[in-house]
Amino acid sequence: MNYPADLKYTKNDEWVRVDGDTAIVGVSDYAQDQLSDIVYVDFSAAAGAQVAQGATFAGVESVKAAADIYMPVDGEVIEVNGALAQTPEAINSDPYGAAWLAKIKLTNPAQLDALMDAAAYEAYCKERSA
Amino acid sequence: MPEPLIYDLGAPGRTGVQMPAPDVPLADLPTGLVRDNLPLPELSELEALRHLTRLSQLNHSILTGFYPLGSCTMKYNPIINEETARLGGFIHAHPLQPAEMMQGSLAIMYHLQEWLKEIGGFAAVSLQPAAGAQGELAGVLMIKAYHASRGQSQRNKVLIPDSAHGTNPATSAMSGYRVVEIPSDARGNLDLEALKAECDDTLAAFMLTNPNTLGLFEEGVQEAIEAVHAAGGLVYGDGANMNALLGIARPGDLGIDVLHYNLHKTFTTPHGGGGPGSGPVGVAAHLADFLPGPIVGIEEEGSEEMGPVYGWHQPPKSIGRLKGFHGQFGMHVRAFTYILMQGAEGLRSVAEHAVLNANYLRVKLQGAYKVPYDRVCMHEVVLEGRWADAPDIHALDIAKRLMDFGFHPPTNYFPLIVREALMIEPTETESKEVLDAFIEAMLTIAEEAHSTPEVLQQAPHTTKYGRMDEVKAARQLVLCCEIPREVSSEQ
Repeated sequence: MNYPADLKYTKNDEWVRVDGDTAIVGVSDYAQDQLSDIVYVDFSAAAGAQVAQGATFAGVESVKAAADIYMPVDGEVIEVNGALAQTPEAINSDPYGAAWLAKIKLTNPAQLDALMDAAAYEAYCKERSA
Repeated sequence: MPEPLIYDLGAPGRTGVQMPAPDVPLADLPTGLVRDNLPLPELSELEALRHLTRLSQLNHSILTGFYPLGSCTMKYNPIINEETARLGGFIHAHPLQPAEMMQGSLAIMYHLQEWLKEIGGFAAVSLQPAAGAQGELAGVLMIKAYHASRGQSQRNKVLIPDSAHGTNPATSAMSGYRVVEIPSDARGNLDLEALKAECDDTLAAFMLTNPNTLGLFEEGVQEAIEAVHAAGGLVYGDGANMNALLGIARPGDLGIDVLHYNLHKTFTTPHGGGGPGSGPVGVAAHLADFLPGPIVGIEEEGSEEMGPVYGWHQPPKSIGRLKGFHGQFGMHVRAFTYILMQGAEGLRSVAEHAVLNANYLRVKLQGAYKVPYDRVCMHEVVLEGRWADAPDIHALDIAKRLMDFGFHPPTNYFPLIVREALMIEPTETESKEVLDAFIEAMLTIAEEAHSTPEVLQQAPHTTKYGRMDEVKAARQLVLCCEIPREVSSEQ
């Protein structure tokens, strides 16, 4: 299982990669492994939408289950990764790269401080796998 | 050899029916509306029967084996139900006949309404909804109409536990409500504090399944219902798991305001492709005027010589019709028959044995499988299909391997809050010998998971078709086959 050190993580298994006042959001390696083969992705928010921390902005479906994806921090959506509609399996193969879900403009960066770092997130995943 | 599609059988022009030559002039159809590319199969009666019989033999049914599909209550459907449902007076009745010509059918529906009232502790029942999900929709629409009638339309929120059936949030969203998920606690109960924190004047309803989908009785049920009522909300009961409560606890007595029954689960009407569902709703007195209608009432009381006269009655503030005519009448006859055959004592015994059987499986399988919520269960038991020392084995592999032993797989990956969930509902209609054979198979599989995991990963081995590629089926969805054959309209 992969837990890149430069990311912040949520309890719902999203990750955030901060770049100045913008950020990229996706789901973690642990999340894709738990869901198994992803077969469908859709977005409930589009560019320009203000999405609050904890609100749903996307949904993914695997052969096992459907899961809502929650926005880790308040933000304005700059772009969603529409290409995933055609290649949902990218979430399984490259969850931290090609399968990013949304780019956002941070509207409350202070919220980042409450998210987990890689070490804390790794411990959190291992605890749930026990 | 794989079974061909029906389109690949037969030959052009072949038919199972020889129509007599018309003895009236043929009418010309409007040319613009005539299709000449309607590629229907063309088979003889025998070809069609053989194809359908072979398909039926590929299927697993309760008549061929144990069917422990959790949350579905796949119990035996007594054959006498089929006898009564086929009585001439029922199958030859037409729903547009006036009520005075179908008093027998109305009497069946009236008594079924009365019995479902008694079983659930409700003031009134409508038999209209065509299945469980439609019963849910009826219930939530009634709740919405109730709040509107009291000038409380600001109530826009429905609380749903994270263990609930997916139909609950779907129904709420379809009714225009916002859904708030309530987490479960470490004992598998809903988190009462989280529930109470959401009890305010925007609360429309709380949807409760009891026992919940973990097969556990909600220990805080009364406190939860009181909190919702105190905030002005109503409680919807999902009756999917009513088999565990029959004759023992009545949802109405617990304070549930409206509940749907699944006649096709609890009351032995056919299920899963065998027949339509049926989802009657029962309500407390304050919702009775909102029921979908028409429902059956007594027009004239009977005397010693004459039975009562039954008629149709539309509740005054009814949310309206949910279905053409009068619900799934054939299912009403079957459920009526089942209740009559069981009697009150028999229904209580159903619940007792359903719960006993599930606990027998729980105790015998505990140890080999992890039971995530370790306490006495109700009518079903949820296990985890995973082991730390067999990391490549998943619930799906266990489910598929069970087919090699002649068992239908249990529900898997539901409820969502249990990792690699295996949800097993034996029902009351299985003998100890069948349960023991199932336990034996499950213990063998647990061993194989560690010793020969590939046997599980490649299962099933004994069925006509092996492991299906579910990922490919989901990603490359093909809804119908392409029909290459041109069919002329000139036949």
